[in-house]
Amino acid sequence: MLDNSEGYVTEDGRKIGGVVMEMKNITLRFGGVVAIKDISFDIREGEIRAIIGPNGAGKSSMLNVISGFYIPQEGEVWFHGAKRPQMRPYEVARQGIARTFQNIALFEGMSVLDNVMTGRLNYMKTNLFQQAMWKGKAEAEEVENREAVEKIIDFLEIQHIRKTPVSRLPYGLKKRVELARALAAEPKLLLLDEPMAGMNVEEKEDMSRFILDVNDEFGTTIALIEHDMGVVMDLSDRVVVMDYGKKIGDGTPDEVRSNQEVIDAYLGVSHD
Amino acid sequence: MGRRKRLAQTQSGAEGMHSLPALLHRNATQFGDAPAYREKEFGIWQCWTWAETAREIRAIALGFLELGVEKGDHIAVIGRNRPAHYWSMVAAQMVGAVPVPLYQDAVAEEMAYVLDHCGAKYVVCGDQEQVDKVIEIQENLHQVKHILYTDKRGMRKYDHSQMNALDDLMAEGSAGHARFDEELDRRIAEIEYDGTCVMLYTSGTTGKPKGVVLSNRNVIESAKNSAEFDHLNRNEDILSYLPMAWVGDFIFSIGQAYWCGFCVNCPESADTMMTDLREIGPTYFFAPPRVFETQLTNVMIRMEDAGKLKQRMFHHFMAHAKKVGGLLLDGKPVGFGDRVKYALGNLLVYGPLKDTLGYSRFRVGYTAGEAIGPEIFDFYRSLGINLKQLYGQTEATVFITVQPDGEVRADTVGVPAPDVELKIDDKGEIHYRSPGVFVEYYNNPDSTASTKDAEGWVATGDAGFIEESSGHLRIIDRAKDVGKMADGSMFAPKYVENKLKFYPDILEVVLFGNGKDRCVAFINIDLTAVGNWAERNNVAYASYQELTANPRVLETIRSHVEEVNKSVAADEMLSGCQVHRFVVLHKELDADDGEMTRTRKVRRGFVEDKFSDIIDALYDGSKQVSTTTEVTYEDGRKGSISATLEIIDVPVVPVAQHKVAAE
Repeated sequence: MLDNSEGYVTEDGRKIGGVVMEMKNITLRFGGVVAIKDISFDIREGEIRAIIGPNGAGKSSMLNVISGFYIPQEGEVWFHGAKRPQMRPYEVARQGIARTFQNIALFEGMSVLDNVMTGRLNYMKTNLFQQAMWKGKAEAEEVENREAVEKIIDFLEIQHIRKTPVSRLPYGLKKRVELARALAAEPKLLLLDEPMAGMNVEEKEDMSRFILDVNDEFGTTIALIEHDMGVVMDLSDRVVVMDYGKKIGDGTPDEVRSNQEVIDAYLGVSHD
Repeated sequence: MGRRKRLAQTQSGAEGMHSLPALLHRNATQFGDAPAYREKEFGIWQCWTWAETAREIRAIALGFLELGVEKGDHIAVIGRNRPAHYWSMVAAQMVGAVPVPLYQDAVAEEMAYVLDHCGAKYVVCGDQEQVDKVIEIQENLHQVKHILYTDKRGMRKYDHSQMNALDDLMAEGSAGHARFDEELDRRIAEIEYDGTCVMLYTSGTTGKPKGVVLSNRNVIESAKNSAEFDHLNRNEDILSYLPMAWVGDFIFSIGQAYWCGFCVNCPESADTMMTDLREIGPTYFFAPPRVFETQLTNVMIRMEDAGKLKQRMFHHFMAHAKKVGGLLLDGKPVGFGDRVKYALGNLLVYGPLKDTLGYSRFRVGYTAGEAIGPEIFDFYRSLGINLKQLYGQTEATVFITVQPDGEVRADTVGVPAPDVELKIDDKGEIHYRSPGVFVEYYNNPDSTASTKDAEGWVATGDAGFIEESSGHLRIIDRAKDVGKMADGSMFAPKYVENKLKFYPDILEVVLFGNGKDRCVAFINIDLTAVGNWAERNNVAYASYQELTANPRVLETIRSHVEEVNKSVAADEMLSGCQVHRFVVLHKELDADDGEMTRTRKVRRGFVEDKFSDIIDALYDGSKQVSTTTEVTYEDGRKGSISATLEIIDVPVVPVAQHKVAAE
C-alpha cells in the first residue's frame, strides 16, 4: 500500500514529496542471528533520511536491504508504488539507486576521472566491439557521458585531482570521489554508508555541505547512515533510530532527541 | 592579409585610443576572430574571441544600465580570475562607473572597510561564499543596491529582490538593448582620457587600505610603454591567476591585453593552476618569487625520488647550464663546444623540464614584489627562461624600473622604465615621476599630499641607490624599516631576512634590532620542504607545531642562521645585523590574522606588538618562552593556540670596528 499523502515542508522551506520507498515489516536473519527485526519505515521524495543507532544495531544491513544486496526473509520493499521483486544489485542500480560504502570501494589504480566514469555505466549503450572501434556512436556516447561527469567533478570541486590515481589520495578526498561516482549514475535515491567516518572536522564540514548541495541542487533523495550524532541532527529531515535490530524511534531530529528509548540506547540505562 | 601587416596595424591603430572600451572596439573590429579569453571549465578550455568578448561585455553594460547604474558609481568585483569578472570591470567603465576589484580571500570585516570607503552600490560576486560576506556586511552598511553573482550554485534559496545572476542580467540587457543602446553609446563616448579607469586598494603594511585612483591615461600609457619595452604583441598567451585586486593583474590581464590584443587564460580553480600553466604554456608570465621557489622545491623533491641515471644526468647538465645558460640568454660569447653540450642538455634535460614546468613557450616573464634568491633566479635563467625583475607600485601603475633583456641580475631591479624619472633624496628614499603616477588616494587628500608632491614626484617609501657602474637601481629596504642599532650602525632587516629566506627550509623571517645592541629573529619553516625532509628521514610529526619544535629541525635552521651570519659579517655596512638568537614560530604568519598583507608582506609593527612576549624573551636571555596566540580560521572564527618555544643561540662573527655609514 502506497501512502499517498502530500508530504511536508521542512524548516528551511524545502518541499518534501510523497513516499519513494517503503520498507514493510522487514526481517533479516543470518542463520540464527536476527540482524533486523520487523522494521517498517518510509523515505519521501527529496528528503534527507538518516538511519542511526549504536554499533551492531543493524544499520548497514538495513542499507544493504535497500540496495538489494541482502534479501530479507520477511517483509516487502516498495519502490515508487510497486512491490520490488527479488533483484540483483545491478538491477537495483538501473532503477535509480546508487550508494557509497563504509569502507571505500574505489578502483585504486584508476584515475579519479575513470572511477567517476564507471558510475555512468548504465548510460552506455554501445557494445564492446563498437567501443573498441571507437568511431561514431561510441565516441559520441563517451563525449556525452564525459560532460555529465565533468559537471559532477566541478560540483564536488575535485578538478585538481581529475587525473590522479585514487590510491594517491587522502581519505577525505577518496570519500568525495566515491560520492562523485554515485552521483554520476544520476540516482533518484542516494544511499550513503557512513559518509563522514574517520574524517576530521574540516572534512566533515565539507562533506556535509556537499550532501546538502546535492540534495538542494539535484533534488536527490538521500538516505544515510552516520555515527556522528551532531552531523546527523544537522543534516537530516527525519531520522530512524535502530538498536539491536529493532526500530526504537522515528521522526524529526527534535522528536528523536527527546525520545526516552533513544536516550537510553545511546547513554545506557541504570539498573537500580 | 598577412600576419605581419595586421600586426603593424594593431600597433598604429592603437594611437588615439583613450579608454579600454575603445581598445576593445578596435580589437573586435580588427581581429575579431582571434582568441581574447580562455577559461578551463568542465575539463575543456572554453574560448571567446574578441568579437564575442565585445558582445558579452556590451550585454553586461546594458544590464548595468537597466539596473540604473549612474556615472561615477562604484562597482566592486570580488572573485577569482574569471572572464566574466574581467568583463564586468570593462562593462563598468563603459557605463561610466568605476570598477573596484577586491581580494576574494579577505574576511568580511576587511571587506566591510573597503566597501564602506568606496561606497559601492553594486557588487559582482564570484560565488555564494562572497555573496554571504556581502550580505553580512550589508546588515550594517545598507548601501549596496544590487548584488550580482557568476556561479549559481547554492543561490536558489536566496531572496532575489536585490540579487541576480550575471547571466540573467546579460540576458535581460541583451533583450532590452533597443531601449539602452543609445544611452550606452553616449556614455562610452563620454569617457575621458583623464577620467577614472579603476580603483585599487593597496594592501598597506601599516594602517588601513587606501584606494588608489588610476586614470585611463595611467593605465593606457603604462600598458603601451611596457608592451613596447618587451615587444609584446597580440600573439602572446598569459595565465591570469594572481589576485584581481592587485595592480599587476589589472595591467597584465586588462591593460596590456587590450592594448596588444593578446589572450588571457583563466585557470579552472586555484588548485589546478600548475596543471593549467602547463597546458597553456604562457609566452609572457608574471609570478611572485614564491611561485618560482615552490616550483623549484618540487623539482628538487621529485628529482630525489628519480632513478640514479636520471639524477646524474640532471645534475651533470644543470651544472653545465649554470656555467653557460645565463650567458647564452644574455647573448654573451660562448665557446662552440659548450654550445653543443648545452644543445644536448636542452634535448635531454632542459627541454623536458621546461615542458613539465609549463615554460616551453616562455618568451619573457617577470618576478616582483619581493626579492628572489639568486640561486633560484639563476636556475630558471640557466634553463633559457627569460625571467627578469621589475620594481613597481600600485601608485605607479606598476612600472618604476625594469630589467632590459641582456642586463638581468639577481641583485638589482633594473633601469627606469620608459618615461619614468627617478631620484634618490638625501635620506636615501626613492622618488619617481611618470605618466603612470596615480591621480589620488580616494577621499584621502592628506595621504595624497604626503605621498605625491606638487610636481608629481611620488615617494616610494623604499630606500635604495643607483649603482653607478650600470645605472641599475638597488633596493635596500622599506625606508621606514631601515634604522640604527644602539651603536649607530645601520639596521636593514630585509637584507638579512632575504638571505635566510633563500634557504628552502625557511618560509618567512622577521628580524628585530632597531635601537637595540643586537638582532634577534622570528623564523617560519616551510612545511613543504621540511615536511618532505621529515618523511625521508623517518621523523614523525602530527602537526605543523610539532614539526617546528623538532630538535633536528631547529638544529638545521640554526646552521642556516650561522652561515648567514658569516655572510652578513662580510658586509661592511650591515655587519651589525647578525642574528644572535632566534625562535621558530609555532604558527605561520598569516593574512587572516593580520600579520601579513594580502600580498604576503609582513606587517612588522603588528607582529612586533602581537608577539612582544617572545621578543622580550629573546632579549632577556631566557632559554624558552611559553606563549598563547590568537588565530583566525578561514571562516572568520577565532581560536587560540599555545606553545612553549625553544630559544636558540647562534654564534656570531665578531666585528672589530663598526664602520658607521659615512658620517
